[in-house]
Amino acid sequence: HLVSFQKGIYDEALSSFFRNVDTRSGDDGPDIYKGKICSLKARALLIDMEEGVVNEILQGPLRDLFDGKQLITDVSGSGNNWAVGHKLYGCQYRESIVEKLRKTAEHCDCLQCFFIIHSMGGGTGSGLGTFVLNLLEDEFPEVYRFVTSVYPSGEDDVITSPYNSVLAMKELNEHADCVLPIENESLFDIVNKIHQMINSGKLGSTVKQNSMVTSSAGSAKTVQEKPFDAMNNIVANLLLTLTSSARFEGSLNMDLNEISMNLVPFPRLHYLVSSLTPLYTLADVNVPSRRLDQMFSDAFSRDHQLIQADPKHSLYLACALLVRGNVQVSDLRRNIERLKPSLHFVSWNQEGWKTGLCSVPPVGHSHSLLALANNTCVKPTFIELKDRFMKLYKKKAHLHHYLHVDGMEQSCFSEAVSSLSDLIDEYDELDATKGGLRTDPSRLKIAV
Amino acid sequence: MSIVTVQLGQCGNQIGHEVFNAICSDVRGTHGLCSKKENESYRDACKERFFSEEESEVPVARAVLVDMEPKVISQTLSIAARSGYWKYDDRSHFCQKQGSGNNWANGYSVHGPRHKEIIMNLVQKEAEKCDRLGGFFTIMSMAGGTGSGLGAFVTQCLRDTFPTSFILNHVIWPYGTGEVIVQNYNSVLTLSHLYQSSDALLVHENDVIHKICAQLMNIKQISFRDVNQVIAHQLGSVFQPTYTAESGLHYSRNLLGDLMETLVPHPEFKMLGLRNIPQMPENSLAYSTFSWPGLIKHLRQMLIANAKMEEGIDWQVRPPCLGSSVPSSHSTNKPPHFNTSVANLVILRGKDMHSVDLGSFRDPSLYTSWLNPQDAFNVWKTPRAFNKYEKSASLVSNSQFLLKPLDNVVRKAWNMFASKAYIHQYTKFGIEEEDFLDSFTALEQVISSYTIL
Repeated sequence: HLVSFQKGIYDEALSSFFRNVDTRSGDDGPDIYKGKICSLKARALLIDMEEGVVNEILQGPLRDLFDGKQLITDVSGSGNNWAVGHKLYGCQYRESIVEKLRKTAEHCDCLQCFFIIHSMGGGTGSGLGTFVLNLLEDEFPEVYRFVTSVYPSGEDDVITSPYNSVLAMKELNEHADCVLPIENESLFDIVNKIHQMINSGKLGSTVKQNSMVTSSAGSAKTVQEKPFDAMNNIVANLLLTLTSSARFEGSLNMDLNEISMNLVPFPRLHYLVSSLTPLYTLADVNVPSRRLDQMFSDAFSRDHQLIQADPKHSLYLACALLVRGNVQVSDLRRNIERLKPSLHFVSWNQEGWKTGLCSVPPVGHSHSLLALANNTCVKPTFIELKDRFMKLYKKKAHLHHYLHVDGMEQSCFSEAVSSLSDLIDEYDELDATKGGLRTDPSRLKIAV
Repeated sequence: MSIVTVQLGQCGNQIGHEVFNAICSDVRGTHGLCSKKENESYRDACKERFFSEEESEVPVARAVLVDMEPKVISQTLSIAARSGYWKYDDRSHFCQKQGSGNNWANGYSVHGPRHKEIIMNLVQKEAEKCDRLGGFFTIMSMAGGTGSGLGAFVTQCLRDTFPTSFILNHVIWPYGTGEVIVQNYNSVLTLSHLYQSSDALLVHENDVIHKICAQLMNIKQISFRDVNQVIAHQLGSVFQPTYTAESGLHYSRNLLGDLMETLVPHPEFKMLGLRNIPQMPENSLAYSTFSWPGLIKHLRQMLIANAKMEEGIDWQVRPPCLGSSVPSSHSTNKPPHFNTSVANLVILRGKDMHSVDLGSFRDPSLYTSWLNPQDAFNVWKTPRAFNKYEKSASLVSNSQFLLKPLDNVVRKAWNMFASKAYIHQYTKFGIEEEDFLDSFTALEQVISSYTIL
């Protein structure tokens, strides 16, 4: 967004994610609240227990966006071990993390939400990541915690990823407000789909470069060079759209706290399936506006989801649609009416739709849509995770690597898997109500 | 007498802006179709009611804008000022950054007490600007968090601070198929609380207005702006100056007082519905003519058949035969679908309204029996045409209009409450299950009262 709008004025929209620092007196300069952009610094903390990735960022094209003091790194990594990340490094870096968080928070007029971005299968993101999650709840209890978690696939080459994931899940269950699970497989499929579209050579199918959900604006990298970059950009776009209504105007605003309020009917059921459309815009502008309704249909197609799941055949607890661009309330209503009959909603939330309209579309598009579903279709993912965990745990495979770590006990494992089982049970209970006979509970009787 | 408007939340502010726009544009227009003197009287009465003049010649709306996030208010202020025809007072607004998260409890229990002093100070300032304060008009949606929760709290504060002033709450009912998932909870909490502090609730339903936009106004891609403009037109048709039976040769000064007196004889019955005809796209106006008998006939049938607009009226519905001596509280007499009224007000704007025969509205069979039919029906008039309509007729009705919608909201909320879904979001901010039960009880009482009319 910044690259495309070269006006260079620091505004409300930018200020949600960046500080404007007067760097004339060095990096520690005061913040500038209005006017021209001097130097943007991301309101972010980068944490990794090895240096490679962070170093690459600091040498890359975005290096100026990151304040050198907002980093925490170590050398040896966490060895794909949740316990090392959570217990060992957690303890070691606690003070430093708290201090840097406080510093970043002080620069905010009004801190509404933390985004935690990590993976579940490794050691640092999973272990230290969930440690930080706990920390955020302790130090900033009123600030929302949204977590974007990359879940490992079945063929993950990290053998201990089931342990790490389940141990992390317990923390997510208890301390996150909302979790957006992501699976690499889905991201990869989306990347491929776009790739096919670009290379299909079909007439009228030239894709606008900067419109691809896999591209960062202005980047001319081909899709094949760095597949993780393309995949990660999809997640970046997800977070952008999630916050668009908070940053830009619209006729029906939808803030982050509203997402949590409307999509989480019971505290632990806060796992949301996300889907993004469109994936790209065709450069040929003469495409008719059936495109708009198609966009809504696509949001409910598995091709556009960021995890492998089947919401259409499971039970919706709640659904949110955040629309950007020139879309009006009648378009929204028409499409909800059209799609409703093919979706199953839980009996006490038959009209469980939360909607938002933001006037500003993403760069390169005339409109876009993000769908967030709280749906029991995440249950199979969790069951599989539990199964993979149990396979290892029964044989006590690799357990000693974990139990070696100070503060780590066998009970951590049993508690974690128990927490996951409880969660699965909650989804089971809801699934059992699907398709059952619905009788309205009897109303209160008033003495006439 | 002047009215202070309090705009609450995104909906309240977006609609409030359209209302002042519609009122100002109506007054500015030369479509009065009446004498210059008449026009001037009308304009003066309207200005006194809704605007104050400051050193700049642009009229300043008598309004306080409140929202828990900044974007809507800043837009509203700047669009109004840019029109050049009117503006808001630059200091009469209050906003925060966080929003209320669609959480009634957050609006009511957290934002309310926290910001009570600042908000009431702003209201006090506006009230002091008035030579004579005629009361308060609040605009809010009941689906979200600020308009609904903070709105309910502010209404209570208004009642406490101004115990003898009239308070009219304009409440927007959201689309039935979700704008907000917890909208039914928020609605139940809002309505039950407003019922305690407010004098009357004037209701607009998004679904109804949407249909008007689609079928009468012929709008293809309906936006919230379209919906809000229809609402503003309907409100304007009630708020603009009129002559009442008592006001004699002058435009009546006490809008809210008059409304309450004519429409709310009993505190148990506060739900007011609004109908306005004709409604059509502006470019069709020149080709349409209407007769008062035709308009009155349609409006009356809309009343008794509970039609939401002038198309698709059920003409089969008839009032019950009076004559049997069964008192009307045993409503076995009344045919189904017949809308019984407590009180009605018809407002006629346009030429030749002197000769209009409104006997059909005075028919006692339309009304519940405990009021004198003379007292149950009133009419206000002005020869001055409103908003480019050569003739227009409005009906403000205290009747069973809103019984079914209210029952629906309570039913859905109760359904959800039985499963305890989302309750933790409210208890987090201090609204407990008991508070919900109190609200449900209060509304079941209202439903029961209206049912046995």
